[in-house]
Amino acid sequence: MTLNDVKEILGARALAGEEYLSREVASACGADLMSDVLAFSKEKVLLLTGLVNPQVVRTSEMMDIRAIMFVRGKIPGQEIIDLAREKSIVIMATEHPMYIACGLLYANGLRGGEENAPSL
Amino acid sequence: MRLHYDVSGGEFLRAGEASSSLKKVLKQLGVSSDVIRKIAIAMYEAEINMVIHANGGVVDVDIDSEAVRIKLEDTGPGIPDIALAMTEGYSTASDEVRDLGFGAGMGLPNMKKNADFLNVMSEVGKGTTVEIKVNL
Ligand SMILES: Nc1ncnc2c1ncn2[C@@H]1O[C@H](COP(=O)(O)OP(=O)(O)OP(=O)(O)O)[C@@H](O)[C@H]1O
Ligand SMILES: [Mg+2]
Repeated sequence: MTLNDVKEILGARALAGEEYLSREVASACGADLMSDVLAFSKEKVLLLTGLVNPQVVRTSEMMDIRAIMFVRGKIPGQEIIDLAREKSIVIMATEHPMYIACGLLYANGLRGGEENAPSL
Repeated sequence: MRLHYDVSGGEFLRAGEASSSLKKVLKQLGVSSDVIRKIAIAMYEAEINMVIHANGGVVDVDIDSEAVRIKLEDTGPGIPDIALAMTEGYSTASDEVRDLGFGAGMGLPNMKKNADFLNVMSEVGKGTTVEIKVNL
């Protein structure tokens, strides 16, 4: 699906990178710990997070993640938005909490990248 | 090609600027994006460690046709047990660091995963040196 589809499904608002909403996303990663995000290796990833600080953008930059969705109505400050614009990273925000946001995207066909978790 | 960066301690919000800068250089040199990502992740983890566990430090990068070699040196508290620090999930990070999204004890294991060679040297009370090599 495209970022535009993601935006529609989550009733989200775009705060940076509005010009890139036609980008495709192939998988998603929901995490508040950047340590976990840094260990996730997939292509065309949408990051959903409740953590709001500039390291979310930095982490995305390192991982080549080109779209971030802030959940639960959290609106990033100008510093974060400016950094994202500089890196051509899309920033969106939704009122949905993490679980619901991920569930809605999954139900609409956006998978996590690994369908079968390895057994513990 | 040689590059040098100073990483200031205690400036968590700016941490990652050196990694970002190296990433840009590698892109200009035409290095493939998969290799750039491995380098960027390993260096970013090490740079963040330098800021949250030590008091910043210096980074020297050496790029030739075969590999990218990164050396990060700090004069922080050092690591008493390196083998333990390399274990997934081991972290001494404060709650404050955790609130910022780090401190899961995944950085060193992730550096090892992404680097072709990783060497951590440390002396308690003196500091830590991390060497990362990624083949081109
Ligand atoms: N430069 C350093 N100086 C002093 N101690 C360090 C340094 N780097 C790592 N350590 C020690 O090693 C531990 C493990 O580091 P590692 O990067 O794996 O995890 P973390 O930084 O605690 O969490 P994460 O990387 O997941 O955010 C740290 O908690 C810290 O005790
Ligand atoms: Mg770390």
